[in-house]
Amino acid sequence: MKVCFTAKGATLDSPSEDRFGRAPYFIILESETGAFEAIQNPYADGAGGVGPKAAQILIAHDVKALISGQVGGNAREVLASAGISMYTYRTGGSVKDAFDQFTKNSLVRSE
Amino acid sequence: MRLAVASGKGGTGKTMVAANLAFMLTQTERVTLVDCDVEEPNLHLFFPAPATTTEVTGPVPVVDENTCQYCGLCEEFCQYGAMTVLRSRVLFFPELCHSCGGCTLVCPNGAIHEEPKQIGTTTISTPLPRLNLISGMLKTGNPHAVPIIRAAKKLAASDPLVICDTAPGTSCPVVETLDGCDACILVTESTPFGLHDLQLAVDVTARLGVPAGIIINWSDGKDQATIEFCMDHDLEVMMTIPFDREIAAIQSRGELLCRVRPEWQKAFAALFVKCSTLAGVDR
Repeated sequence: MKVCFTAKGATLDSPSEDRFGRAPYFIILESETGAFEAIQNPYADGAGGVGPKAAQILIAHDVKALISGQVGGNAREVLASAGISMYTYRTGGSVKDAFDQFTKNSLVRSE
Repeated sequence: MRLAVASGKGGTGKTMVAANLAFMLTQTERVTLVDCDVEEPNLHLFFPAPATTTEVTGPVPVVDENTCQYCGLCEEFCQYGAMTVLRSRVLFFPELCHSCGGCTLVCPNGAIHEEPKQIGTTTISTPLPRLNLISGMLKTGNPHAVPIIRAAKKLAASDPLVICDTAPGTSCPVVETLDGCDACILVTESTPFGLHDLQLAVDVTARLGVPAGIIINWSDGKDQATIEFCMDHDLEVMMTIPFDREIAAIQSRGELLCRVRPEWQKAFAALFVKCSTLAGVDR
């Protein structure tokens, strides 16, 4: 299953980013193999309406779960409609730590 | 003649100037005041009167999901992220839509048409025999002020003497208000913030080709930096209003300086002559 993390950088050691639509990077990780891909968010500095556009990146990459600090209302509606589940991680740790917490099932799912 | 009162910085006294200038002029002629600060209109507080309200609408797209092929061209076109096309569903976010109509044009299946959505109101009243007051008001939650300003200005389109009170700042609502004006009064205050934002506002009027003159409000007498800036940019300081507790109190009570202290009418009459000169209108 593909899981997406919002991150400040392009590696698993990068700190996680609380914001979704304006996150500098999306790290998309295949949870079975641990293989990952870092996508620079083209909407990070966009003027407005970045949430739904960023959500489309996740849909295009067939992501099934998103781990982020805060997802805005519009993005949330798009992600929920696309069947992508959302989990809250906002302790500021690395993407690797967020993934560990996710696999241990200790992250809270947000509706 | 169409005059705008703008400032850059908020709270410098735009509305005070617009209200008193209009009040003074109504002693001798017909004036239309247009409150273009549609996010926070307040001229009506100085001129309470029964008003007629008209709805302002803007077009928003409606997708016919029976015709839609979910090709995603509308989403690709929309720069504001208002359209999201999923595999078998289209999500539309009205608060992101700028009513540009582009999605209806790019849809290859004719699946999108536009319907009007209420975005605000205009009100019109006659608080004094020679005064028309038009106010635009944005509907709460709608972020697009420009169409309301356009609608409010349109109501004054055939009036001979119009004074537009603008929103603070230098963004689209100010640009829309200044469009078509013959001259602009820029109200600043004796603070570094006032001067900083005046510089931005002067840049906007210059780019739009609207002649501008300056009023220094809340003057504590230490206006050298502002005066130097005006001299450097060939801008006339048309009026200086002192920092005065009584003026502030009159204003806070919703009263008009020119009515409570009629001696001020002369100063506003002189201001109007200077504005006419700026606008190139012989009065």
